[in-house]
Amino acid sequence: MPALAVERVYRREHARGLATLVRRFGDWNLAEDALQDAYAKALSTWSGEGLPDRPGAWLATVAQNHALDRLRRRRHAAHGTGDPGGIDGIADPFEPGSIDEGIDSGVADDRLRLLYTCCHPALAPAAQCALALRTLCGLHVRAIARAYLEPEATTAQRLVRAKRKIMEARIPYEVPAAQELPARTSQVLSVVYLVFNEGYAATDGELLVRDDLCGEAIRLGRLVAELLPRHAEARGLLALMLLHDARRDARMDAAGALVPLEEQDRDRWHRARIREAVALLDSALPMRAPGPYQIQAAIASLHAQARRAQDTDWKQIFMLYGALIRHLPTPVVELNAAVAFAMVEGPLHGLAWLDRLEARGELANYHLLPAARADLLRRAGRHAEARVHYQVAVSLARNAAERAYLQRRILACP
Amino acid sequence: MTGKTNAMQYMILIYDSEQAWSALPEAEIHRILGEFMRYTQEITDAGIVRANGRLAPVGSATTLRGNGGKVVTTDGPFAETKEQLGGFYLIEVANLDEALRWAERCPGVAIGSVEVRPMFEMPD
Repeated sequence: MPALAVERVYRREHARGLATLVRRFGDWNLAEDALQDAYAKALSTWSGEGLPDRPGAWLATVAQNHALDRLRRRRHAAHGTGDPGGIDGIADPFEPGSIDEGIDSGVADDRLRLLYTCCHPALAPAAQCALALRTLCGLHVRAIARAYLEPEATTAQRLVRAKRKIMEARIPYEVPAAQELPARTSQVLSVVYLVFNEGYAATDGELLVRDDLCGEAIRLGRLVAELLPRHAEARGLLALMLLHDARRDARMDAAGALVPLEEQDRDRWHRARIREAVALLDSALPMRAPGPYQIQAAIASLHAQARRAQDTDWKQIFMLYGALIRHLPTPVVELNAAVAFAMVEGPLHGLAWLDRLEARGELANYHLLPAARADLLRRAGRHAEARVHYQVAVSLARNAAERAYLQRRILACP
Repeated sequence: MTGKTNAMQYMILIYDSEQAWSALPEAEIHRILGEFMRYTQEITDAGIVRANGRLAPVGSATTLRGNGGKVVTTDGPFAETKEQLGGFYLIEVANLDEALRWAERCPGVAIGSVEVRPMFEMPD
C-alpha cells in the first residue's frame, strides 16, 4: 500500500483518534506523540499487509498502546523501578469493549470537545487556526508553516505555546455550557473562515490564492457542519467557502493578475461545488436562523447562478446587502452595498454613497474604496478621474495580483 | 487547598487608571464601589474566594531590587504604566471557563481591564 494512501487514511482519522486520546489521557503532547507512533507503524505494516478492515480502530488501538507505553517509560524513568504493572485510572486497551467504546460511542462529542478547545478565545487567533489545522485536519507542522509562509520553527513554537496554555490555564476539554455556546460556536466558525480567507485573499505576497489553505478550511468547514448538524450558520459558512472556491480558477489570468467577477470566464467555475453550496444553503434556510454567513452565501450564489455578468440579479443582491448590514454593520459591508446600489440605480448614486462612506474616515487606506470609486467613475464615463483613483488604489494594495489588475485598468482608461 | 482535589486557583487581577479614577465625580465613584461590594458579596457567597483585596494607590508603593548583592530601595511602583494593579480576587474553581465566567462579571471590566492568571501548580 503506497505511503500516500496511508497518509490519506491517517488524515481522515486524525481528529477522531486525537480527540479520544486527549480525553482519555488528558495530555495533548502524549496524545499527539502516540498518534504519530501509530502512523509510523501504519506506514510499515500496511505497506505489507494492506489496509485493515477498520483503519480508524486500528490506529486508535495502536496509538493507545503507544500512549500507555510512553506513560510506563516516563514512570520508569521517574521512579527508577521496573514496570509498575499498570497505569492508574486508565482503562486497559485490551479489556474487551474498551476500544469500541473509544471508537463508536461519544466520538462525535470528543471531536466537538477538540473543536471548541482549539477555538477557545483565550488562545491567540493565529494559534487557534494553527491548532485547528494541526489537530482537526491532521496537517503536519511543516505544511501549516508552508501555508502561512512562516518558518517551521515559528509554527511549532506557536503550537507548543498554545498547548502549554491549555494545560497550564486549564482550558476545559469540554463542549461549552449552554449560555456560552452561541458565542463560542461563532468563534469556531470565525476561525474556519479566518483560515479560508488567509488562503483566498492572501493579504501579502505574490499569490492571490493559496489553494492548500482554502482546501483545508473547507475540510474543516465540512467537519464543523457535520458535528453541528442543527446549526444553520455552519452550513452557511461551508456554502460560502464552496462558492468562493468554485471561482478560484477563474480569478486569476495567465499573467497572474486578478480578474474581477464580471470579467471572469464562467465556464471555468466549478459547477459541482456551486450545486453543493446551493443545496447546503437551501437546507439551511428552513432552519430559520439567518446569519451573516448564510446571507453572504446567498449573495455569492446569486452571482454563481447568473449565466452571464449582465444576468446578475443586482436588485436581489442589494436587498441581501441590506440584511447583511443589519447583522454585520461594518464599513466594508457598506462599501459592497454601495457598489450593488450603483448596479441597480446607476453609478452616480453609488458615488454619492461612497462620498458619505469616505467622509466617515473608517476606510482610510483601504485600497478597495478608491478601486470601487474608480470603477464607478469608469462606468459613468469619467475616465480621467477614474485613472486617478485607480492610481491611489494601486499605491494602497498589498497583493501583487490585485496591483496587476489595477494597473491593467489604468492602461485601459482611454 | 480545599477537599476538592481537582480545583484550580486563579488570580483575578484588576487594572485601572488611577488618574482616570481620580477625575470621576464623587457620585460615580460611589456607584462603582457599590458594584464592587455587591460583586464581592456574590463571589464570596459562592464559596470560591480564597483571598481578595483592594490595593492602596501606587504612590504608596516601595520597590526593592537586588543590585550586585545590595538591595536598592526606591519610591514608587516597579514600572510606570497607564493602568495599575488596583485589586484582586484569588478564587478556586474547576477550570478557566469558570474563572472567566466570574471575571467577566467583575466591575473592573467596565472601568479598566481584568487579567485572569492561573496559580502555578506543583507537578505531582
